[in-house]
Amino acid sequence: MIEQIITSGKNNAGIDPFLHVWGWEIPFYLFIGGLVAGILFFSALFTIRGKEEEFPTAVKLAPMMTPILLGLGLFSLLLDLSHKLYFWQLYTNIRWESPMSWGAWTLMIIYPLTIIWSAIWLKDVFPKWDWKFQWIDEGLEIIRHYKKALAWSLMILSIILGMYTGILLSAFNARPFWNTAILGPLFLTSGLSAGAALIMLMSKASKEKRLFARIDLMLIGTELFLIIHLFMGFLAGTNVHIEAAKLFLGGEFTISFWIFVVFGGLIFPAILEILELQKVKIPHYISAMLVLFGSLALRFIVVDAGQVSRWLY
Amino acid sequence: MPKTLNRRDFIRISSLGLGGLAAANPIFDWLSGSVMANESLQETIKRIPTYCEVCFWKCAGWAHLNDKGDIWKLTGNDDDPHCNGRLCPRGTGGVGMYYDDDRLKTPLIRTEVDGKQIFKEASWNEAFDFIAKKMKKIADEHGPECIALFSHGSGGKHFGRMLKAFGSQNITAPSYAQCRGPREVGFFATYGEGIGSPERVDIRDTDCLVLIGSHIGENMHNGQVQEMSDAIDKGSTIITVDPRFSTAASKSKHWLPIKPSTDMALLLSWIHVIINNEWYDKKYVDKYTFGLDELKEHVKSYTPEWAYGITTIKPHVIRKTAKEMANAAPSVIIHPGRHVTWYGDDTQRLRAVAILNALLGSWGRRGGFYNPEKKKVAKLNIPRFPKPQKTWRDAFPGKFKLAGLALASGICDATIPAAGRDCSFKGWIVNGTNLISTLPNQANTIEAIQNLDLMVAIDTMPMEITGYADVVLPECTYLERYDNLRISGHREPTIALRAPAAEPKYNSKSAWWMAKELSNRLGLGDYFPFEEEEEELDWQLKQVGSSLEEMKKIGVKKYNRQYDDLYPLEGLPDYEFNTNSGKIELYSTAMEDEGYDPLPKYTAHEEPPTDFYRLIYGRAPMHTFSRTANNPNLTDLMDENKVWVNPKVAKEWGLKNNQEVWLENQDGVVTSFPIKVRVTERIRWDSVYMVHGFGHTDKRMSRAYGKGASDSELITRTKVDPVMGGTGMRVNFVTFLTEAPTKGAA
Amino acid sequence: MRYAMAIDTKKCVGCSDCVVACQTENNVPIGYCRDWVVEATSGTYPDLSMEIRSERCNQCTNAPCVRCCPTEASHIVDGGIVVVDHDECIGCKACITSCPYDARFVHPEGYVDKCTFCIHRVEKGENPACVSVCPTKCMYFGDTDDLNSEISQLLRKRKWKTLIPEAGTEPNIYYLT
Repeated sequence: MIEQIITSGKNNAGIDPFLHVWGWEIPFYLFIGGLVAGILFFSALFTIRGKEEEFPTAVKLAPMMTPILLGLGLFSLLLDLSHKLYFWQLYTNIRWESPMSWGAWTLMIIYPLTIIWSAIWLKDVFPKWDWKFQWIDEGLEIIRHYKKALAWSLMILSIILGMYTGILLSAFNARPFWNTAILGPLFLTSGLSAGAALIMLMSKASKEKRLFARIDLMLIGTELFLIIHLFMGFLAGTNVHIEAAKLFLGGEFTISFWIFVVFGGLIFPAILEILELQKVKIPHYISAMLVLFGSLALRFIVVDAGQVSRWLY
Repeated sequence: MPKTLNRRDFIRISSLGLGGLAAANPIFDWLSGSVMANESLQETIKRIPTYCEVCFWKCAGWAHLNDKGDIWKLTGNDDDPHCNGRLCPRGTGGVGMYYDDDRLKTPLIRTEVDGKQIFKEASWNEAFDFIAKKMKKIADEHGPECIALFSHGSGGKHFGRMLKAFGSQNITAPSYAQCRGPREVGFFATYGEGIGSPERVDIRDTDCLVLIGSHIGENMHNGQVQEMSDAIDKGSTIITVDPRFSTAASKSKHWLPIKPSTDMALLLSWIHVIINNEWYDKKYVDKYTFGLDELKEHVKSYTPEWAYGITTIKPHVIRKTAKEMANAAPSVIIHPGRHVTWYGDDTQRLRAVAILNALLGSWGRRGGFYNPEKKKVAKLNIPRFPKPQKTWRDAFPGKFKLAGLALASGICDATIPAAGRDCSFKGWIVNGTNLISTLPNQANTIEAIQNLDLMVAIDTMPMEITGYADVVLPECTYLERYDNLRISGHREPTIALRAPAAEPKYNSKSAWWMAKELSNRLGLGDYFPFEEEEEELDWQLKQVGSSLEEMKKIGVKKYNRQYDDLYPLEGLPDYEFNTNSGKIELYSTAMEDEGYDPLPKYTAHEEPPTDFYRLIYGRAPMHTFSRTANNPNLTDLMDENKVWVNPKVAKEWGLKNNQEVWLENQDGVVTSFPIKVRVTERIRWDSVYMVHGFGHTDKRMSRAYGKGASDSELITRTKVDPVMGGTGMRVNFVTFLTEAPTKGAA
Repeated sequence: MRYAMAIDTKKCVGCSDCVVACQTENNVPIGYCRDWVVEATSGTYPDLSMEIRSERCNQCTNAPCVRCCPTEASHIVDGGIVVVDHDECIGCKACITSCPYDARFVHPEGYVDKCTFCIHRVEKGENPACVSVCPTKCMYFGDTDDLNSEISQLLRKRKWKTLIPEAGTEPNIYYLT
């Protein structure tokens, strides 16, 4: 038997007995990041394919939410900081090795773009809107000419935004549960799925809803595939990875993960969506809400579990 | 004038809002970082010499002040042989004692208000008048000898002077009969000299260190731990005999996991092996010892096989370890230990230890026991103390004849009126010792207190003992006062100065000042001729070629030995020992004269009944008994004790790690608070272990109250050593209660 | 110049003096600690062995905390000591999450704190507080780039180990076993 104790009473707040320095703020922001990435991706995608009028919610309406959502996300990040008054130091340098730094700068670029992107479509959605300043109208006209270029950059940036939240976590190799390359694609897929769900929720056109239901189904399928591979990878790994996987296969996160994320957030909504596509009368908002909830729960559980997992020594 | 109280209720909660003192709350500032932290430079602006009072090793060191003039940190004095420039964790954490805002802040006098006993705040004058009046009354009615002083701190010297001047020599420290008394008597009977403190063991030069139950490393007596580390560096062999896998055991070449209470059998068996194989130092034994033949005859039947059946230590291990000792001799130490009041035959066990050392020739030689020298410092010019008519010994005619010092437990017992005694103690002055935790059998101590006319407690913290006092006087910590010079016996004689690094906080004062004020009121002012303690110290220092000014700069002054006899028996010169025969008495004539066994015998001791486990207790290196249980720096390291339970036992009882249990002893006494279980392989299956000094019941100690459990509550039974009155405490057995008891113990 | 520490587990008794000395020297608030003592017992009674280690930030050569810091508040100075600039730290706690040794913590004042090898003492030629106070003298501090230093000699003479070497951080605290 090995008995290992700390005899000097180490009890640093948030560190002992298990790491818990990131509370709800970070998972919430990661969810927002994924959701916004999803919304922007589809908006940009369908703009490039010239389908703005066919799918107005996806292209024009949904992105209106993004500046607000990103604002909320950034605010929750600020809340997470323990030395808030110094937050501006983030923007005094770029650290190529720090995913946090990439994130800070990526957001710095994306945020204005979401505002511009929303501004472009504002008059389409609210015809009575008046900018009140001539130069804004003129500026937006110019930008509208370069819609497709903007859409391309948005699509790339949204993929970066969606992936980087996962890569951010996987860069912390001190936390075995996050130490996997699958986290990036998983979060991206989850984000795209959340975006599709939100569009489904907001849309009034049944053609749009059906398309996004099909897109969402594919994404859910991909996500399930990635989750299975996540665990297979861990179980084939070293001691610490097996211990990390065990947290979900009998450990403290088992019930919450498999019920809230996998069943409630992926499998059940997928079933509902298949049934809807078979023309069974089920309100779309149920599966959409479940997907969104599942995406949020995924982030919460992953952030918590990652902090709990540690190197054994 | 407060009326005499018939019974002292334990006053738990301080009442009558000590609001006037809520003004400055530096600990709060400290916690939020503003006293010491970022606004202060991490630089010593000034340093004041002091010697530590957290335990009894008294390491000399420096109190460093930061640029705000506040005490920043404590470090050791490089010239001090006690610590060699490095303080132990308690010493380093001594700042916590100073900054602890649960400290006693003002004198308190017990009064009764609306039928309830409470402490009312008093002025120093009121307190002293109260005490002086009562002391005079006791002296008139019963004699001054009926006042006793219990002390375990530097303050005792000052109160002792006052009490001796008053006419009583009944001054006691619990460290004798509750701790190291048996070894002093055992060694004195053998060698004509005791062990003393610091112990005169040459650990840093030894080739073989044998620890019988001694847990150096958890027992953090600084110099001993340092020297044990030196010995490890040297590659010395360490042999530990302990039913528990102590830290020392983990560093030992041989760990003998002995069955508790059977150490005597092992020692006698070692003596048998060493004599019969002629592994003893023949020249040394021939020249210096008396009684070898009697000893040889006496141990004839104590073979390793015999010992195996009793101790569970295999015979070949007994022989092997004996050979190790013999190979290393004379550079070998069978360590006498420190707290040795275990089973009631402890003086005899220490006699066996002394005999073993003598056979191996380690006494008086390098790597064994050295001869410490103390600097002689002139006595103060004060009148002679009056000769007392009676002493504590008169309370125990014909008993404990070889006790060299007063028994704290004896005085406690003699406070309870008894048939055969014509008088008992009427007044106690208690300084720096929490008798409730220190003396075994709490109920007895409390009963004794109820028979007192006067109980004065002087302490820095609101320890449980203060809850029973008539008057509580707040002493300032060692960092806020001068004290007597530390004159210690060591390889080289040294003196150390304690000077205040800060003004006394709140309304606390130094013991010297209190003793002087009391003496004045008792008409004994001549015994404190100086106005300030500074002057007294300066006078003393000038007599030894130094001065207060010099000592403030250097802290510790080393002197050369007057005699070059650090190892007096090296080379086997002629030597006369301070014994009846003039030799090392393997066969003790002194013991024989008083009717005790001249050679140690083995006695079997009681074993735990079914479902009970022997209660073994010990120390943690970050605490000093109950004294430090409220120190914020040290509670950060360890704020509660746990009961160590062997996994086999835990499985039987269904106990999980960190589960809370109550302990009940063989007399049905249950601990006031629950204690967490530590399931560990380090403890034997017939015993449980806990660190002493926790489970405080005084709410005024915010960090210590209710944390862990008190082993003292469970030590209700003792086996008293007939030779010198030591109270053997390892004779209590406990069982587990997994649910809160319906009738609490307090 | 590469500062490192070697701790002799044969001599360490787990007294935690290093923890208290660090606390007073560096004004670490009560309730927090920059270093700590681990006790590991293995075996079954009476066949037991025990190792005691004083642990702290390992001042890794390949420090993940420095890599992931977005503001460069966590950086390495001369001698290889990893320090945190209080005025640049935003408290994002990425460094805390990236440390496999749980060596960092959030100071009540908001920035992230940890062992600094007492850089304010090292600059004056003194040893860190923990090394200076250890009663068993089991802690050694020095320059491993200097092949003649005490620590370099010890690392050649004695068997040693580092913690979680598989994490790839290249720690600079060596435990002599």
